[in-house]
Amino acid sequence: MMSAVDFGAIRLTLELAAVTTAILLVIGTPVAWWLARTRSAFKGAVGAVVALPLVLPPTVIGFYLLVTMGPHGPIGELTQALGIGLLPFSFAGLVVGSVFYSLPFVVQPLQQAFEAIGERPLEVAATLRAGALDTFFSVVLPLARPGFVTAAVLGFAHTVGEFGVVLMIGGNIPDKTRVVSVQIYDHVEALEYAEAHWLSAGMVVFSFLVLLLLNRRKRGSAR
Amino acid sequence: MKAVLACLLCAAAVLSCRAAPAAEVSVAVAANFTAPMQKIAAEFERDTGHKVRLAFGATGKFYAQISNGAPFELFLAADDTTPAKLEQEGVAVAGSRFTYAIGRLVLWSAQPGVVDDRGEVLKRGAFAHLAVANPKTAPYGAAAMAVLRKLGVADALAPKLVTGENIAQTHQFVASGNAELGFLALSQVWVDGRLTGGSAWQVPAELHAPLRQDAVILAAGRDKPAARALADYLRGAKAAAIIKSYGYGL
Repeated sequence: MMSAVDFGAIRLTLELAAVTTAILLVIGTPVAWWLARTRSAFKGAVGAVVALPLVLPPTVIGFYLLVTMGPHGPIGELTQALGIGLLPFSFAGLVVGSVFYSLPFVVQPLQQAFEAIGERPLEVAATLRAGALDTFFSVVLPLARPGFVTAAVLGFAHTVGEFGVVLMIGGNIPDKTRVVSVQIYDHVEALEYAEAHWLSAGMVVFSFLVLLLLNRRKRGSAR
Repeated sequence: MKAVLACLLCAAAVLSCRAAPAAEVSVAVAANFTAPMQKIAAEFERDTGHKVRLAFGATGKFYAQISNGAPFELFLAADDTTPAKLEQEGVAVAGSRFTYAIGRLVLWSAQPGVVDDRGEVLKRGAFAHLAVANPKTAPYGAAAMAVLRKLGVADALAPKLVTGENIAQTHQFVASGNAELGFLALSQVWVDGRLTGGSAWQVPAELHAPLRQDAVILAAGRDKPAARALADYLRGAKAAAIIKSYGYGL
């Protein structure tokens, strides 16, 4: 059966995924909008940086985060100067890592949604004398709604499934950095296979339901 | 004519001698023994012509992999219970077990002056993070927890503990400065009889159960002369000198 530590890991994982998704939607929206509309020469480079976490092994991301957020790294020196202290081994550190790690899963669906809107609705809004912000909130946001749902669900689910980055920068602290995937790993390592099964099966069911939900929505919006 | 024939025979004998024993042996090695094992393997390859393939990791993980059929032929564990368990379960060759090194625990900081040579820093507790290896799976982690209990600081320091997946990751936490100090294997910060840097307290052996590190030949290596040769080599004088130079006892 599942223990209090397991439930603590589940709660922490959901908190991490929720905070990460919220931050990603705020950061990801302008980035995706820029990527969808720009003719800048930097479009390719920025798009590639956003997509990096798709192809890099999580250990590479985790290792560089550990070094750059450490006391001698640029981010670590900045956070120390700001009086925040060091980010590794803290919930805030996991959020920073997860935001980077799940970035493409939020930006790319948003970018596609924005591109699909096309010029026409924006031109119509402009002839009706809507300002840029007004256009964005009353035309773009409603039209891109399915894209936002997909982005939020994928960002959330991908953060729940994160392992390598958390293992490298988390330090495995109960209720602070020990998420479900790390807890499963611990159980397997300690040969506690029954406990590992409970959590693993939960992850399988959760992931299946998320993907099922996404497919349903896609069919719904296609109709 | 006779001389030529003899020469040819000689050459053939030499060639076949050199060709026959060259074999590969794959070894699972506890993470704390990484550096000395790389040196020993290189010497062994040069001396025998065999090829050694090394995999490094946590002893608990290797146990799970080996009992699920991982094709390792020799296992250098970080403790003496895991090889014994494998032998009982019939996954290791009975009677092939031996102690190849006795580990030393060290409290280490990458910065000079942080750790005093009596470990008083633990009682003062003036640090944010103390790194240990996962005590559930890594023997050095279990030994570190025993030391904390013995010193009566286990509860006070519990909120400051960060846990590495194995002793190598624990070293990374401390070496990168993210944890101010941590319990490591002496071999990780010790070369040729001195510290590689930072400050350290060599934990007295009586504060924890001895870190007897046993090796065992696994079922896959039962009929492999190369596996047996490497096991013998580990007990030889050349290996002993290398093992000692990293701070292990014998």
